[in-house]
Order: sequence, then C-alpha cells, then structure tokens
Amino acid sequence: MVWTETVVELGGLALARGGRALAADLDLTAQGGDAVVLVGPNGSGKTSLLRVLAGLAEPASGDLRVAVAGAEADTPRSALVHLAGHQDGLKAALTVRQNLIFWQSYYGYEDGLPVEDALARLGVGHVMDLPAAVLSQGQKRRVALARLLVAPRPVWLLDEPTAALDVASTERFIILVEDHRRKGGIVIAATHMPLGLADLITLDLASFPPDGADGLSAPMDEESYWLAGATS
Amino acid sequence: MVGGGHVVTAQPFRSLIARDVRLAIRVGGGALVGTLFFLAVIVTVPFGIGPDLNLLSRIGPAIMWIAALLATLIGLERLFQSDKDDGALDLLRLTDAPVSVFVIAKVIAHWLGASLPLVIATPLLSLLLALEPRAILALTATLAVGTPALSFLGAVGAALAVTLRRGALLMAVIILPFSIPVLIFGVAATRAAIVEPDPFWPPFALLVATSLIYAVVGTLGAAATIKINDG
Repeated sequence: MVWTETVVELGGLALARGGRALAADLDLTAQGGDAVVLVGPNGSGKTSLLRVLAGLAEPASGDLRVAVAGAEADTPRSALVHLAGHQDGLKAALTVRQNLIFWQSYYGYEDGLPVEDALARLGVGHVMDLPAAVLSQGQKRRVALARLLVAPRPVWLLDEPTAALDVASTERFIILVEDHRRKGGIVIAATHMPLGLADLITLDLASFPPDGADGLSAPMDEESYWLAGATS
Repeated sequence: MVGGGHVVTAQPFRSLIARDVRLAIRVGGGALVGTLFFLAVIVTVPFGIGPDLNLLSRIGPAIMWIAALLATLIGLERLFQSDKDDGALDLLRLTDAPVSVFVIAKVIAHWLGASLPLVIATPLLSLLLALEPRAILALTATLAVGTPALSFLGAVGAALAVTLRRGALLMAVIILPFSIPVLIFGVAATRAAIVEPDPFWPPFALLVATSLIYAVVGTLGAAATIKINDG
C-alpha cells in the first residue's frame, strides 16, 4: 500500500496533563515520507503529544490535523494512526498468531500483510504459535511492532520503539521504518536513543515552554520532578 | 475508506466479541468463576435451609436472582482493567468507531461468557430448589432478559475501576443500588408465575424496559468514563 498527501500538522498546539501545562505553541508540519523525532527531558510531554496525535486525548488548545488522500474529511485521526507505546497490548493467553489476527481483523484489514510475513520481517516468525505469555520482552515488543505491518495505516506514532530490542532487531525495525516512509507514510517517534534514521525532523519539546512559565507550570527536569515530591 | 485496504464493516465488532469470549471461557478466564459461584450458592442453599420443600420453592426464585446478581458482578470488575493493564485499551480506541461501540462489544462478550452459562444452568439448578415447571420457565426467562441489564450497569463500575486501584468494593457499592430494580422486577415476575392472582407480564415488561434503559445509559456512562480517565 502506498499513501499520498499524508500530512500531520500542528498549529499553536498546547499540551496539558493532569491540569499541568506541559508545552505550548507547538508547530509542526510533516508530510508523507517524513520522520519526526520528539526529544525532551522526562515529563516534557512526549508521550502526551503522541496520545493527542492518536486521538486518545485532546490538546489543551491549538489546531491539529492528520489526513491522507482517500480518507474522508471526517475520518477521526484515531483511524489513521498506529500507536506503539510502552505496553505491547498482547493477550498472554492467546498465541502470537491469534493476537495479530485479532488486531488485523479489529482494525479492518483482513487483506493486509499476512501475519506470517509480518512476523518474519521482524525476525520472530518462529514464535507464531506460542502463547504470548512465554515470549521474552524483546520478542513481545517485536510482535507488537508487527501489528503496524498487518494493518497498514499511514501514520506511525512510536513511543520508545526500540526499548528492549537488541542491535539486530533495531536494525530490522529501522529498515521497516524507512520502508514505511518510502510508501508515503509518516513516522513520529519519541526516543532517547538515536535511531539512525535519515533526514530527521527533530521536535524538542523543551523549547516550547507553556505560557507564563513561572516555574510552577513549566516542564520540570527529572531532578526537580522528584524533588517536588512526585510519587507517580 | 483509507487507501483501499480499509473497509468499514461490523467485522471489528464481531472480532472483539469473539476474542473476549475466547479469553473468558478458557481456564482462568474469569467466566468460570462466576458460574462456579452461582453453582456453589444454589447447591448449598438447600442444605442450609433444611428439607422444607415449600419454603425452598417460595424463596427459590429470590435466591437464584441474588446469586445471579452477585455472580455477574464478580467477573465484571476486570472488564476493562485487563485491557488497561496490557495497553490494549488504548489500541482498541484507535478506530473510527466511537468508544461506546467497543463498550457494547465488550459487554456482549461478557454476557455471552459469564451470564449465558448461568441462564442455561438455571433450569437444572432450579430442581435443587424444588421449583415447579412454571416457575422454572419464568425464572429462566427473567434471568435471560434481566442479566444484560446487570452487565451494562456493571460496565460503568468497571470503567470507574480502571482509574481506581482496588476499585472492586467501590464498584459494588455504586452498582448495587442501581441493580435493585432489576432484582425486584425479576423476582416479582417469577413469583407471579407461581402465585396465581399476580400478573406475570407487567413486572416482566418492566424488567425488559429496565434492561433497555441500562443498555443505553450504561454504554454511554462507561464510554464517557473511559474517555475522561484516559484524556
């Protein structure tokens, strides 16, 4: 599948979480083939931005547009994106194949890439008929990433996608990401690790402090976050 | 339509129901727990009451209904929690359908996995409580149309329990008062089938109405709760 006119646009976007402003005036225009890396200290709103982009949360203010040619104008952005977060969303009691077939069918892409091929491309074809419960952390993550292949969607939102992956698996995944970009997709990844992607757009959330940054509402670095007595 | 591969059908709805039923009925899946609880209560009551068959058949319908109510609530706490724990709750929301659609699918799956076995087991277990055939028929019918109300009602509590750790007790406290009408109409209709002058259809119709109202209110309430929690 090839996408055209894929676009993710943020205009003056402000993020808040739990009543605390995280970032303001975020501007970004990403088009098909672009890869955006979100950087910033812990708690600066990287995950919050990904959740807003996925349509799981609403921005505090500002404009946001996720679109692709062929999608109707009122298609919610949640139907155009994939989110690969810290949790893998796998049911331990089901086999790897059953897990992926469920997501393929739930997302409505029965004619997408077969599960066998997707797993093979991530190097985990041999675990297909094992229950997800017995997989290692890295295997689970790769199976979760195979979800992005079995249900082709134009925008990939990745939250630390390569955590728990070894070097070889990371390289495999980078190839898939570059492949996705060549097909006109957009990849937006929050990461602390260099992914080795070409032509990156970097969005540093620390350089978009919230309005009236008075030290109370400003994004805190990790040290002051803990000093402030945060418990979660 | 998104780029050719995406066709909007009822397929997502069906596949979520199929997945949840499959997860529920396997060993350790939770559906079995409620059914076993139901079984345990009904089987032990005759021993506790003693060999007074008239007394048993008088209080039988009420005991069956209370056992069904509690058995339903036992499994419901985990309705959304298990998906929250492994991250699937977020992924389930990544569709063009509103949140309430997957809430309905999950509740239907829960009913199929946890309540339908109770309804099927009811005629058999009714014999242990010395119920007459008319009462058995009425009891099975009222449980069949009344337990969906409990499932939809419980969905609101289950959605609340997602944010609140150990919310099970709170959930029971919130849900139980609202389940009283279901219990009253369900038992009233069953009693009417035994005690001759009482009419069966008015309480039965009210029970059906309660189920329909709870199906709407429970779905919207649970969907709103999930959206606010995750927002």
